[in-house]
Amino acid sequence: MKLGMSGYIAILCVLGGAILLALLNQLTPASSAVHVPTYVMALVGKYLCFAMLALAVDLVWGFAGILSLGHAAFFALGGYAMGMYLMRQIGTRGVYGNPNLPDFMVFLGWKELPWYWYGFSWFGFAMLMAILVPAILAGVFGWLAFRSRVTGVYLSIITQALTYALLLAFFRNDMGFGGNNGLTDFKDILGFNVQADSTRAALLVISALFLCGAFLVARFVVDSRFGKILIAVRDTESRTRFLGYRPETYKLVVWVLSAVMAGIGGALYVPQVGIINPSEFAPGNSIEAVIWVAVGGRGTLVGAILGALLVNFGKTWFTGAFPEVWLYALGAMFIFVTLFLPRGVMGLFQRRSKREIEEEMPAAAAAHEVTG
Amino acid sequence: MSDRLNEGDTLLYLDGVTVTFDGFRALNALSLVLEKGEMRAMVGPNGAGKTTMMDVITGKTRPDTGKVVFNKDVDLTKLDEPSIAALGIGRKFQKPTVFEPLSVWDNLLLALAGDRSPRFSMFARQTPEEKTKIEGILETTRLTDARNRRSADLSHGQKQWLEIGMLLAQEPQLLLVDEPVAGMTDAETEQTAHLLREINKTRSVVVVEHDMAFVRALDVKVTVLHEGSVLSEGSLDFVSDDPKVIEVYLGR
Repeated sequence: MKLGMSGYIAILCVLGGAILLALLNQLTPASSAVHVPTYVMALVGKYLCFAMLALAVDLVWGFAGILSLGHAAFFALGGYAMGMYLMRQIGTRGVYGNPNLPDFMVFLGWKELPWYWYGFSWFGFAMLMAILVPAILAGVFGWLAFRSRVTGVYLSIITQALTYALLLAFFRNDMGFGGNNGLTDFKDILGFNVQADSTRAALLVISALFLCGAFLVARFVVDSRFGKILIAVRDTESRTRFLGYRPETYKLVVWVLSAVMAGIGGALYVPQVGIINPSEFAPGNSIEAVIWVAVGGRGTLVGAILGALLVNFGKTWFTGAFPEVWLYALGAMFIFVTLFLPRGVMGLFQRRSKREIEEEMPAAAAAHEVTG
Repeated sequence: MSDRLNEGDTLLYLDGVTVTFDGFRALNALSLVLEKGEMRAMVGPNGAGKTTMMDVITGKTRPDTGKVVFNKDVDLTKLDEPSIAALGIGRKFQKPTVFEPLSVWDNLLLALAGDRSPRFSMFARQTPEEKTKIEGILETTRLTDARNRRSADLSHGQKQWLEIGMLLAQEPQLLLVDEPVAGMTDAETEQTAHLLREINKTRSVVVVEHDMAFVRALDVKVTVLHEGSVLSEGSLDFVSDDPKVIEVYLGR
């Protein structure tokens, strides 16, 4: 597998940066000039999870041409699976001290734990669900949509409807996921205090590891023959059918993989922000994820990570400095990128286009044959 | 030649095929027989149903009535495009459609006959056999020097050949070729006729073409379509002298 220069730099920066921040937080005293406050670590950890969501979006949008405007739904579902585990860890330490039921269920007057909460006391089961639930939803949705040859803007609209429907569903108290307030007040993860600096440091490094893992998987997929077929499907879907390929199965595979990636990102996100509520399903979140990818450079993978980090750092700074203009700035950025940087920030580094390099290759190969 | 074609056997058989779009009869009880190893030229004015016929054979369009039988007993009207492609029917479109971001080499690699499942393609490594086959096709289609170029950067004629090369890589029994020389120079047209005759040594070919000089160069049996059914059939000289054909082409 060839990662390319940008790939190595991305892995180095993500992993090295996360480890450096974690070490500076843990090993230096708070008074030191190089000390990294815990809130910064939590912030960066959150961004790395967003970067995983961006990577998932780029995989389907950049390489299979599926513009998903509902990917935050898979992210949120993974987040809820983690949130349910964290709720079960609270045990008797809740406000009502009920050993069997989370606080919000006691508040609603529920007597028994709903069946779909069974098993979430176990970390392994909860993590399996963080993967399986997005995978199954994506599988059913994708099977129906791709088989019916729903593409383009129609598919985008359905994905938007999907996340909106989930938003409304999770708002309802009857659903049993904490309604409007969602799941929060977490205490422990695997026996470690979620609020502790050391846990935060570990979560940051784990997020970086998963992000790099997701990047390697995505790179492997797009560099494989599968990835080439995906590009063929993206650009000329009908032609691939006459070659004997079934575009719907190719799209389904990458769609489910992408949903799983988003789900894992969501599961890592929740312990770092300490809450998961239905607002994570808001259609705007999914659209923002698409903007991250567009800003970084669609179809480059590294660009997705870069875009997610850049836009989110920008957002944090902007919402601190000029909170009321952030949305305008985001919109302006999207328009600017679309008009002037069609290949995103990554396009700036790729002045020498692929075409130029490939055109040189036969000459280089011939020269090699002569001299070698 | 070891895999000598068994001439005289029917490869493709269309019987009473009718296709209607919003009341317009694109094909009107079309019947056609193609022998194994045959090359057939299809001509006819615009709207005669040539492309619709190819759509029916390749599974893109379902006929309202009629039978389409391949290899004696396979009913093509029950199958979808990928299944029909897997049976060994390849199609070249009127407008060259190659996978533009991919290199010439990769275009051929994806077209090579073989496992079409996502699981296989995810872990597939290029084999020496695949390499040899692709090199052979590059030779046949005169694209050896362009092997590493992005196919978007090829000339129009080269794209047409690449698409024919992709058809060859599929190793089909039957090739359907829609207007292969549209937009080609005279030299390219002549080379294309030569290429198709080479291909026809091992495979059956149906060529749809407007260019009469090209049809003459192919020197094969000609079927004239008109308003969705066969108007005349025979050698080019025969159909050119057919009063019905003259009437349709020269107007009433």
